[in-house]
Amino acid sequence: MANHQYHQKDFECMPREELTALQSERLVWQVKRMYENVECFRLRMDEKGLRPEDIHGVEDLHKLPFSYKSDLRDYYPYGLFATPLSQIRRVHASSGTTGKRIVVGYTEKDLETWANCTARILAGAGVGPDDFVQVSFGYGLFTGGFGLHAAAERVGATVIPMSSGNTSLQIQTMIDFGATVLCCTPSYALYLGEEIERMGVRDQLKLKVGIFGAEPWSESMRAEIEKKLGLKAYDIYGLSEVLGPGVSYECEYQAGMHVCEDHFIPEIIDPDTGEVLPYGTAGELVFTTITKEGFPVIRYRTRDICTLNVAPCKCGRTHLRMNKPQGRSDDMLIIRGVNVFPSQIEEVLLSISGGEITPNYQIVVDRVNNTDTFDVNVEMSEAFFADDMKSVEKLEKTIAEKLKSTLGIGTKVHLVNPKSIVRSEGKAKRVIDNRKY
Amino acid sequence: MYITQLSIFVENKFGRLSEILDVLAENHVDIRALSMADTSEFGILRMIVDDVEKAKAVLAESGVAVKSTEVIALPIDETPGGLARMVAKLRDNHISIEYLYAFFNRDLGGPQVVMRVDDVKRAEAVLAPKN
Repeated sequence: MANHQYHQKDFECMPREELTALQSERLVWQVKRMYENVECFRLRMDEKGLRPEDIHGVEDLHKLPFSYKSDLRDYYPYGLFATPLSQIRRVHASSGTTGKRIVVGYTEKDLETWANCTARILAGAGVGPDDFVQVSFGYGLFTGGFGLHAAAERVGATVIPMSSGNTSLQIQTMIDFGATVLCCTPSYALYLGEEIERMGVRDQLKLKVGIFGAEPWSESMRAEIEKKLGLKAYDIYGLSEVLGPGVSYECEYQAGMHVCEDHFIPEIIDPDTGEVLPYGTAGELVFTTITKEGFPVIRYRTRDICTLNVAPCKCGRTHLRMNKPQGRSDDMLIIRGVNVFPSQIEEVLLSISGGEITPNYQIVVDRVNNTDTFDVNVEMSEAFFADDMKSVEKLEKTIAEKLKSTLGIGTKVHLVNPKSIVRSEGKAKRVIDNRKY
Repeated sequence: MYITQLSIFVENKFGRLSEILDVLAENHVDIRALSMADTSEFGILRMIVDDVEKAKAVLAESGVAVKSTEVIALPIDETPGGLARMVAKLRDNHISIEYLYAFFNRDLGGPQVVMRVDDVKRAEAVLAPKN
């Protein structure tokens, strides 16, 4: 495999002063067009008494209003788009805090930007035309599959578009089609690794690189994956609201993930006060998209907690690095790579109970055989109870089906005794997460 | 012809049935008849008690999901074929039985069957016609 280190060296290794000037120019452009085209942003600017002319560059970034996931819910589906819909070439969607998904859109140019950012991931890992890239992230409305697919095409590799699931076929394909790169969630990689070990086919693999993301994973998990699959495992970070995969990625030195700063300006803020914190301090990660046309965001609060490092990297890239997110400032869970909010579950239960009361529930997450398990215990109550077996069984089934269709992942529902879910200070403990990475 | 039956949700957890029965015992509730239907996840315990209101109150207070239902309760002939004949009458009139169980009714001095059917009005007409 040839060493193709950068995809866009001029940008990736741009001197910082030049980069800052570029960011400023792009920020001014973005603020002006968003003020004109995005109602939500304009209202917030007006509230603050700010006009686009007041923003001269990145030094004025901190003056701009924040944006939130709830904006996507409030303006569902296309209310935050900055271009006419006829220019939107594709939409993707991800989980929202309630039953409504959050929708993002891409113009032709945005798709181009996206492909270039994700291509940097692969180029940085030395992937090129001689490689066979198995994309086992989910295709469809999720950004993972399509994101890495475009990246692989962009670097000239041979793409194997597997999407997720069907493990035995994944392994057969890996062997028969000679995959050299695997892209999927880290827990799926581990799962595949165990299957491969069990089948005794490890030496038939030609894997060299793994690109993993969409959920938290530890260094010990990385070591485990590398051992089982015989590849070098790279971490990537992204979120649909900002781009999808390709927001940041590890270079070969793996000392943090380089943010594509020519497209996204990162900030760290205090989640309670909104104050911008200096590089090196942990806080909530905020992004401003300075080149996106279709669905741009200004100071979008990710709720991920991490640290930024602006020191130069051995790889030669001047773009700063973020460490792995260390937690969240909200209650979102990531289960099998999918974002899940407890409030989504509450909404489903409320709708089933006829909108009267939300039954008491508890979410229990664990990891068994390297796969996340997701159980929801629902307290039986008089309102839910009936004398016939069929309707009680049906209740369990209905809750599970509705949860699956809302969340996009399978849930095991258990009806439990009333008052059996432990409460402390009158509040039930909603989530028990037993996973240890 | 009708009797009030209590239905109790029993989570399939070790000791749960014992807890429920203890509550009734401590409160001197007398169980006259009982039947338990089960699935792998939970069961429904159905019972006829001497004091329905008291039973409901103490069970609800102790954290039990309980509902009361009006079900048919009829005496059966205390000879072989007694139950078969009753059920045949329902069959001949196309009435479906959801569940049934039998017990010895102390007050009446004979066996009774408790049942839940899909068409209560027609069952009444067939089994206990008012002359």
